[in-house]
Amino acid sequence: MSTTATLPTHTAKKTPVVAHHFDDWTQQYDACVLGMWTFLVTEVMFFGGAIAVYMIYRWQYPMAFAYASQELSAPLGTFNTFILLTSSLTVALGVRYAHTGESRKVGWMLISTIVLGAIFLGIKAYEYYTKFEHNLAPLLNLPFDYAGPDPGPTKIFFGLYFGMTGIHALHMIIGVVLMALYIPAAFRNEYRDGNSLGIEIIGLYWHFVDLVWIFLFPLLYLVDRSLAAPM
Amino acid sequence: MTGEIASTTALPNPEREPKNYLNAAWTVRSWLLTVDHKRIGLLYLAGITFFFLLGGAAAGLFRLELMTPQSDLMESETYNKLFTLHGIIMIFFFLVPGIPGVLGNFLIPIMIGARDMAFPKLNLMSWYLFMIGGCFTLYVTVAGGVDTGWTFYTPYSSTYSNTYVMATAVGIFITGFSSILTGLNFIVTVHKMRCPGMTWFRLPLFVWANYATALIMVLGTPVLAITILLVALERGLKIGIFDPRLGGDPVLFQHLFWFYSHPAVYIMVLPAMGVISELVAAFSRNRIFGYKLVAFASLAIAVLGFLVWGHHMFVSGQSLYAGMVFSVLSMLIAIPSAIKVFNWTLTLWRGEVTFSTPMLYSIGFLGLFTIGGLTGLFLATLGIDVHVHDTYFVVAHFHYVMVGGTVMAYLGGIHYWWPKMTGRMYPEGWARFSAVLVFVGFNLTFFPQFILGYLGMPRRYHVYDEGFQVLNVMSTAGASILGIAYLFPITYLIWSLKYGPKAPANPWNAVGLEWMTSSPPPTENFTETPVVDFEAYEYHRNAADSHG
Repeated sequence: MSTTATLPTHTAKKTPVVAHHFDDWTQQYDACVLGMWTFLVTEVMFFGGAIAVYMIYRWQYPMAFAYASQELSAPLGTFNTFILLTSSLTVALGVRYAHTGESRKVGWMLISTIVLGAIFLGIKAYEYYTKFEHNLAPLLNLPFDYAGPDPGPTKIFFGLYFGMTGIHALHMIIGVVLMALYIPAAFRNEYRDGNSLGIEIIGLYWHFVDLVWIFLFPLLYLVDRSLAAPM
Repeated sequence: MTGEIASTTALPNPEREPKNYLNAAWTVRSWLLTVDHKRIGLLYLAGITFFFLLGGAAAGLFRLELMTPQSDLMESETYNKLFTLHGIIMIFFFLVPGIPGVLGNFLIPIMIGARDMAFPKLNLMSWYLFMIGGCFTLYVTVAGGVDTGWTFYTPYSSTYSNTYVMATAVGIFITGFSSILTGLNFIVTVHKMRCPGMTWFRLPLFVWANYATALIMVLGTPVLAITILLVALERGLKIGIFDPRLGGDPVLFQHLFWFYSHPAVYIMVLPAMGVISELVAAFSRNRIFGYKLVAFASLAIAVLGFLVWGHHMFVSGQSLYAGMVFSVLSMLIAIPSAIKVFNWTLTLWRGEVTFSTPMLYSIGFLGLFTIGGLTGLFLATLGIDVHVHDTYFVVAHFHYVMVGGTVMAYLGGIHYWWPKMTGRMYPEGWARFSAVLVFVGFNLTFFPQFILGYLGMPRRYHVYDEGFQVLNVMSTAGASILGIAYLFPITYLIWSLKYGPKAPANPWNAVGLEWMTSSPPPTENFTETPVVDFEAYEYHRNAADSHG
């Protein structure tokens, strides 16, 4: 954390406006970055709770979870992982351009990140759609047709699948909206002075959302692909 | 019109009070959109007092019902809804946000020599989230209530209860974010906003206690959030996460719930301990005995608090070995708690003890918290817990810690800092009388419940064996005294706003940065940023200087 909490003075050309209750810009910068990291800790505990539930049920019903996992599309999941990792690259470049004061490039990087995020969400929506089509969405008392063994725990698996990826998608939507709010400022050339704080904060958030997916992807999609089909 | 008033107050009139955070602006807008941590503290005070009265009224009603063994005032359903309402309001809308929201917000920036919290707007947002969550609870109250108990055990809460579980869950979810943001703000503020010279070991113990609390808020509350969300998904979208018909595990819900809700009792009591450290030091005119031990005890309680949740589930079908581990860990937490009690007591030793109102509350706290803590050890013992589980013994234990501990400390703290917050002194005679009345009423209410529980009266029933009636009548009588005793401070504190004598900057002759600024403080807390070259609680500094 200490490395991120240091002010990139080498690139800061002009000190931005400091809020009234801070003594100087360094204090404000450090406080905001520490605040974001603390917030991310709460997010770790939030997703951690859901992952703990998943782990306990997978330990209780290993075969049901392995077979249920095969109903998810590994190629789509892999492609989405690729998309999201790329979006992490674009947001990281955005932070870099904010450091170097290339404000317009910051804007383009935010747009790229938003587009990649939208592609991810689109594919996710398509995956949801196919689950509904195949009656594998145990929501709202919809019909649930599953020919494999243990339909009960399989329902729990799909409940967790929708719950966890749904919360993750919600986080992505929030991230996309927040980034969209920064775009006008970027094209007004407001990051020309190396005032990167806002972009760094949103970058931290976006990287975290990526990281959650890095956990969700193997947990949900890659349980045991070598298993023979149950029927 | 408001502009006119503001301009007249700005005139350099020697008759008028100097500018402070209260007379800086008079409009409703200047309160509802304030980012001043002191005003936000007062906003919390208003909200919390309201919820305290509401939760207390619910308790008064069911205590009245419990006066007789048979059902006369209400049916089981109403009774269930009342104790649920009491639990939810008192825990999520009074005990958790109480001391951090009111005293923490008001004092932490002043105590560390800062002009405000690190994130003033976030601070205001916390209050709004708290109030929005509260509105959901009010809606539930008016619409017909919820009957799951404050613990929301599945599958009753997720499948069977026909009451307003969803609205309650949403309310608590939102209030949880208020708690998370408050904790985040405290952590960043204590780390980054301390004035020059204010090192970690010069921090008042109130700040240490709230810092430890903030850690629990930040680490625990999100787990409650995801747990409530899963219950809401199960109820709303019919996703079966804890549904036994699918092979789901209701006990898993209990694990997740208590993973937050046990540490949450330390969210409720740690800030109270912080208040007591301040009061005991100020009214025995001594440095807190073993300052560092007390500071680290707060952190130890915060850490250990996360490792004991299983003691709520000794009879829930948890494995015996897990039960034994949780039993031992639960006993360990008595060590830092006892360190604190011993150190407060030793602070009194050879001190110049005066029994002003805040000190009366502190002395009450020491005794009642000790009883509450020691009976906690009984409950941590596996064999005894099987006997007294879900009886009034648990109720009495919990209330000795929460009412005897937290509420006493809260009231003591409100009295101690009232001159600083409002610039007015409260009437000491009435205040002492009320403090004694609270103590008497409290013990009469809850001590009989230890005996009731030990004799086997289960909690959460409104009809009981006739043999229990005498003790129940005592408890109800005590509750009536306690209820009246709480109305006194509310009355005379409001009275003092207009008629109380003007408070000097340091009415208690206490040390600490909050006493070095005017009462009430200016909006920016200090006219110039203080530089700290003294330790916390240096009550003998001058004496030492004169000897040296």
